[in-house]
Amino acid sequence: MTTSTGTGRPTRRALRLRVDWTACEGRGMCIELLPELLDTDPWGYPRARDGSGDPEVPVQLAEHARRAVDACPRLALRLHRS
Amino acid sequence: MPSMTGSRPAAAVQPPVPHPSARLVGAAAGNLAEHRARSGPIPWRGGPGQLVALVERAGLSGRGGAGFPTWRKLTAVASGSRPVVVANAAEGEPASAKDATLLTRAPHLVLDGLQLAAEAVDAADVYLYVKAGPAEASARRALAERRREGWDRYRVRVHQAPPGFISGEESAVISSLEGRPALPRFKERLVVESGVRGRPTLVQNVETLAHVALLARYGHSWFRQAGTPAEPGTFLATISGAVHAPGVVEAPYGLPLRDLLDAAGGPSTPLSAVLVGGYHGAWLPAEAGLDAPYSREGLAPWAATPGAGVVIALPAGTCGLGFSARIAGYLAGQSARQCGPCVNGLPAMADVLTRLARGRRDPSLVPAVQRLTGLVSRRGVCHHPDGTARMVTSALRVFEADVRAHLSGTCLAAPIGKAV
Repeated sequence: MTTSTGTGRPTRRALRLRVDWTACEGRGMCIELLPELLDTDPWGYPRARDGSGDPEVPVQLAEHARRAVDACPRLALRLHRS
Repeated sequence: MPSMTGSRPAAAVQPPVPHPSARLVGAAAGNLAEHRARSGPIPWRGGPGQLVALVERAGLSGRGGAGFPTWRKLTAVASGSRPVVVANAAEGEPASAKDATLLTRAPHLVLDGLQLAAEAVDAADVYLYVKAGPAEASARRALAERRREGWDRYRVRVHQAPPGFISGEESAVISSLEGRPALPRFKERLVVESGVRGRPTLVQNVETLAHVALLARYGHSWFRQAGTPAEPGTFLATISGAVHAPGVVEAPYGLPLRDLLDAAGGPSTPLSAVLVGGYHGAWLPAEAGLDAPYSREGLAPWAATPGAGVVIALPAGTCGLGFSARIAGYLAGQSARQCGPCVNGLPAMADVLTRLARGRRDPSLVPAVQRLTGLVSRRGVCHHPDGTARMVTSALRVFEADVRAHLSGTCLAAPIGKAV
């Protein structure tokens, strides 16, 4: 499946960040590594700045997002396409 | 409107085809001999996949709350290898009784539907996941009868669902069947692709399966004789609160909420609001809401959905904010305590709503509740936080006048704080 970015070029499905909330303990590595996308909630857990559950990762942040996924000590972060 | 909890029609009455609006009630039979006389043998489709087209033409959707098209799930599971089929009767919602009632009064309809679903996906394992009590006892009795008669082709294993609001959540069901606590879990893949021990798994509410059993016998045109074009068929409603005859009734989708309440004897006292869809549902104000058709489209203006047919009538003399705060407190206690936003956010939300209900004259309470509903939404592995936030948000909206009254030290329904 492809979606349009508005540039008229079909692209692959959007890259999204997902949190396994049963594993996340709010260590905060992802919030430090991806401040463009993530903020901290009142209890220390990551919260998408756009208010979504699984924020879309812009192409220019994909590498940072991968680093955040690798850095999570709880292995609670995933990248997936949808 | 036919009642499932009232007296059953005499066994001598054997309509060849159940009444379109009283189909589950009309075909209910307590034992296999009666079931055979009333409904005949299982209409086997002759192989995997044959049922799917019929279910799609009928437009059957899931009766467990989410309302997902049944044929889509069947299709997805049928395409996998060695699928598992689960009939779900966990019914953790305290205000719902329809699944237990159905299994008690019409166990063979449910079990016939389970057999047909198993055939449709060529199931390797078949389970009935049911909470302890009369429903489980009835199902075990019915399965023993069927074994004696050689009625079934697929062996059904009964698995007791632990108590708790969320034990019927799809991934919690999977966990329980794998021998672990019945807690929701993170889904890397859809349950229809990867469920019990990684195998494609069909989790279907027991009422949905009973509809399958009838649909396979009488066809999709018959099925569509009740309900609306978008939501065909009937559903079981559990009606409680301020009505004369609380209980389980069968009704067609699209029936006005007022008529649905009348099926449970009608309001026993003037109502202020009705909670539709259960503890994860939404409030409708009695004045404007009772004319709403009970359907996805009809309930949408109040952000409510038909859900699993749970309806609670709130008397005008009971404080809706206090009632909602108690439900929110109960739901906070039902958190699986796995996901941070739910563990922290639900008790905080219930606490702020309780303070508002008790008449704390602090205008910051309303934005505090709104902030918390935003903080928990879409931030868990299951929809428990979302459902709780939906009910609380709707309480603030529908009882808005009472929110203002509370903030000025009064209550529109009762002496302030008494209802909490």
